[in-house]
Amino acid sequence: MTGTTTTAATEEPTPPGTGAATGSGAPSGGPGARARVPGSAWRTTLRTAGVVAVAAWCLAPFYWMLVSSLRRPADIFDVSLWPSPVSLTNYANVLDPSLGFVRSLGNSFVVAGTTTVLALIVGVTTAYALARLDFRFKRLVLTGIIATSMFPVVSITIPLLKLFVGIGWINTYQAMIVPSMSFALPLAVWNLTSFFRQMPTQLEESARVDGCTRGQAFRKVILPLAAPGLFTTAILTFVMAWNEFLIAVSMVNKESMQTAPVAVSKFTGASQFVAPHGSQMAAGIIVTVPLVILVLFFQRRIVAGLTAGAVK
Amino acid sequence: MSLTPWRRTSGPAARSQLHGEGRMAAFLVSPTLLVLGLVIAYPVLSAVYSSLFSVPDIDPKTGFIEKGDPFVGLDNFTSIFSGAGDRFWNAFWNTSFLTVTSVILETVIGFAMALIMHQGLRGRAWIRASILVPWAIPTAISALLWRWIFDSEGIANSVLNTKVLWTTEGFQAQVAVIIAEVWKTAPFVGILVLAGLQIISSEVYEAARVDGAGPVRRLWSITLPLVKPALLVAVLFRLLDALRMFDLPYILIGAGKQSVETLSMLAQDEASNVRFGPASAYSVVLFLYVFLIAFAFIKLLGADLLGARDQSARGTRGKGTGKRPRQGTGSGRNLQKEATA
Repeated sequence: MTGTTTTAATEEPTPPGTGAATGSGAPSGGPGARARVPGSAWRTTLRTAGVVAVAAWCLAPFYWMLVSSLRRPADIFDVSLWPSPVSLTNYANVLDPSLGFVRSLGNSFVVAGTTTVLALIVGVTTAYALARLDFRFKRLVLTGIIATSMFPVVSITIPLLKLFVGIGWINTYQAMIVPSMSFALPLAVWNLTSFFRQMPTQLEESARVDGCTRGQAFRKVILPLAAPGLFTTAILTFVMAWNEFLIAVSMVNKESMQTAPVAVSKFTGASQFVAPHGSQMAAGIIVTVPLVILVLFFQRRIVAGLTAGAVK
Repeated sequence: MSLTPWRRTSGPAARSQLHGEGRMAAFLVSPTLLVLGLVIAYPVLSAVYSSLFSVPDIDPKTGFIEKGDPFVGLDNFTSIFSGAGDRFWNAFWNTSFLTVTSVILETVIGFAMALIMHQGLRGRAWIRASILVPWAIPTAISALLWRWIFDSEGIANSVLNTKVLWTTEGFQAQVAVIIAEVWKTAPFVGILVLAGLQIISSEVYEAARVDGAGPVRRLWSITLPLVKPALLVAVLFRLLDALRMFDLPYILIGAGKQSVETLSMLAQDEASNVRFGPASAYSVVLFLYVFLIAFAFIKLLGADLLGARDQSARGTRGKGTGKRPRQGTGSGRNLQKEATA
């Protein structure tokens, strides 16, 4: 047993653990116990008010997007908190094939999906090496990978744009996927490394005692067990790639190749007499809903993944 | 660290094992380095190179655009400091102002959110889900959403009972960008800081309470210092991300608007007008600016981006070497037992 695994075993599960315990309503011990010691009533009220304020901060604008999207185009400037006749006109307008929005959703799926898969495939072995093997320049490699993740995207987009103009890649998927690797790959490696570090080393050691080579141990023991980590990394990478805007808006000028965020930002409305706000909000809801569903289902994993690099 | 101890290797054999591990590592790491070299190192070098060229002139005789960009050396950089640099400096100050203001606000608000979430007992799962919503909404979409909120006849003006033209040139446009940015990223800071809060042992607080420290004192003398590493990393992430801000002002206010044009927007605008020389020069300057800020932040404040991970790696290596002989003989014996059984 090595140091990482001990610290990982004692420290790592704490945040999700407490989260799960309190989330299921059980009065947890640990940090939670402190909170109920001098439990005067107005303290609880204050605490509830704080929680409500945080939730309102996060959800109110999103709620406004939803409400606006459900209004009839004619009532778009209403300020009532619920649309009086609920109308799906905006959604019907947005999903009209002539607008090309559905196609842009498909483009987004292709670009974000391919980027995610490529980043995982390339990143997984590197992450394993960084977590498990001892080699020279390891610190340098790690620093380099982390440094690249904070690169200004525009600094790499401009030269690549120039290159892609030269080789006729403008308005292609690969022109969006290749530059996206610049942020997706460091993110994937960073996350996977911390997941591999949390896995106990005895697993592969015992696999190797049983006669596996290192490669076999990796494929047959580590990879299946790292599936949750791979999955979390995939979600985070996908969200990042799905949200990308600068590359998509620079590399593509043909409407049929636009990704969804670019297409939505260029909406001008179904006709020039209708304010585009309603259809923009409807499109915004459609683009966001897959991500919000991911968040609802995998919130604990996402939080663990987001904080993996920051706290330890 | 996970050398194969059961082989009971010693001396030269162990060294060759280590050597093999290095070769293995090189094999495993090289795909990533190759890809990053292609999508990062090559573009950066190429940007530096093409920043030395200007835009092609129009041939005075034929009236056609001359082929090839003329080499101008460092002119693209020196022109920043002469009269032609006004647009650059405007973008530079916009970037710095928007970054500093929004990062300060989102750190304070995010920290407050983390404290609240750390206190709240019930509904933590719901809070966690809702706090991820602003993070999950694509920036482009949130920019549109806020453009609608800040519409001249939108909800912001009717709630505030004002008639501000938020999305037009001027200070109000900067305010709009900052509000939208802080809305989206304060919860992210909150998530990172909350994770830092959760690893502080409650015993520390108990001890402080016994010693008679009030809530403010506990916040100041325990929470802040102990959460500082997580907070610094969160702030560094946010700083570097805000410095490359592009989509939010681009969509919320519009491209080429003087009051919110950032360096990323300026460089992208120049590139989309096929002025690659100046565009590359601006992107190189932005890159250096980001690098400088990151370096200063890590050196001066001791933000530990990979330090923590690396320390743990070094720790294991240290412990690993310490333990290795014992472990080695232990499992070696086991193996022998297995062999004899």
